[in-house]
Amino acid sequence: MNFRFEIIMEYLPFLLEGMLLTLLMSVVGVLVGCILGFFIALGKMSKQAIIRIPFVWYINFLRGTPLLVQLFLFHYAVLPTVLGDTTAVTSVIVTLSLNSSAYVAEIFRAGLQSIDKGQAEAAHSLGMRKFQVMRYVLLPQAFKRSIPPLGNEFIVLLKDSSLGAMIAAPELLYWGRAAAGQYYVFWEPYLAVAVGYLILTLSLTYLLNYLERRFDVK
Amino acid sequence: MISVKHLKKTFGELEVLKDINVEIKQKEVVVVIGPSGSGKSTFLRCLNLIESITEGTVEIDGKVLTDKKVDINKLRAEVGMVFQQFNLFPHKTVLQNITLPMITVRKWNKKDAEKKALELLAKVGLEDKAGVYPESLSGGQKQRVAIARALGMEPKVMLFDEPTSALDPEMVGEVLEVMKQLAQEGMTMVVVTHEMGFAREVGDRVIFMDQGYVVEENDPQSLFRNPQHERTQAFLSKVL
Ligand SMILES: Nc1ncnc2c1ncn2[C@@H]1O[C@H](COP(=O)(O)OP(=O)(O)OP(=O)(O)O)[C@@H](O)[C@H]1O
Ligand SMILES: [Mg+2]
Repeated sequence: MNFRFEIIMEYLPFLLEGMLLTLLMSVVGVLVGCILGFFIALGKMSKQAIIRIPFVWYINFLRGTPLLVQLFLFHYAVLPTVLGDTTAVTSVIVTLSLNSSAYVAEIFRAGLQSIDKGQAEAAHSLGMRKFQVMRYVLLPQAFKRSIPPLGNEFIVLLKDSSLGAMIAAPELLYWGRAAAGQYYVFWEPYLAVAVGYLILTLSLTYLLNYLERRFDVK
Repeated sequence: MISVKHLKKTFGELEVLKDINVEIKQKEVVVVIGPSGSGKSTFLRCLNLIESITEGTVEIDGKVLTDKKVDINKLRAEVGMVFQQFNLFPHKTVLQNITLPMITVRKWNKKDAEKKALELLAKVGLEDKAGVYPESLSGGQKQRVAIARALGMEPKVMLFDEPTSALDPEMVGEVLEVMKQLAQEGMTMVVVTHEMGFAREVGDRVIFMDQGYVVEENDPQSLFRNPQHERTQAFLSKVL
């Protein structure tokens, strides 16, 4: 087999740009997902069914339908209707944010519910108000426990952002497809793309392991 | 100080407290004993509304707990509680465990809170542990910190739910010592415990509970020497 390295070299600047966009879209997605997910977790834990049920179905929908379907739905239907216009990158970021918010919500909820009941009881017995118990006692502990699963979610999201290629968001896989389309070769571009994702996910894994150790020090 | 009238507590179908009537005077140390499942913890937890009250009234320092106008959080700050499992905040240092409620509930400024917290730590013999996290403490030390934390609220009453039951035997003494000192200083205390020695020595009154009722109450000497009810006799013959 004749491996045409020069094709990779030709596309390298684009592949690197694509990697950057992949990283950017996933970072924004997971950050927005964390913020939304936090409130959704609180909503889903509400004692009142009227408040709880919409959040339950929000999570059901986003976890129970394929991400690609959500992407098409947002890109071709929801966002054009709501915003009048959308770009591929906007659609990917919005979809990733909402999708990850559902998973992050479940992570936070599991984290909160894993905290021993005695913690809240002790805090309440000292006269702390609900909000203070949450803010000073439960959330810090739940957040720490959420770091490992949040890291996983980030990595999953980063890989899933490759679906953006389906609506021509110029991320990493998009440029691989472009090279394959131009030269009708497949090994070179897709291996290069795979290596690109691997570099991203492995670096992230190391970074997250480092953070986990840092947070455990105290 | 505490007045409990016709207190009932149910969990679904299960009636845990059936008709509790107890009066506790200021500076009194009341020890609650009874078999497992008799409702001792539930009784204590009703006194600061960690469990909701199904029926009846509890009055503490002139305030009726079930009164809608009473600010539960304010009231809870007046009633300290010490748990079997310590329930220290693991993400906070010993000092922060004590200052957190002082700052958030009592609105002390940080400096004053820390000064007062160090005094309390000295009182329970742990001032050298101020900067460490609870995980590095022994059980006895954890429980002493928990007591100091409750005292930081300057409570009018202290409730203890089997404070030494989770401790290795050699650490029971140091915790009981702190409690004894508190009693001598005139703290009103309600203590659920299996430490009959403590009950005898420190208790002004012992309450024997069984199956959701207060079966018998008396001063420690009389109750231990001369129990009136069969169930009390049966229980005491097992634990004494
Ligand atoms: N949250 C709850 N839900 C349902 N049942 C409960 C709950 N808390 C306690 N109970 C039940 O109430 C009864 C009394 O419990 P409680 O903990 O007050 O007993 P106790 O006298 O403190 O016993 P022990 O000596 O074992 O601590 C038990 O049968 C227990 O199973
Ligand atoms: Mg108990």
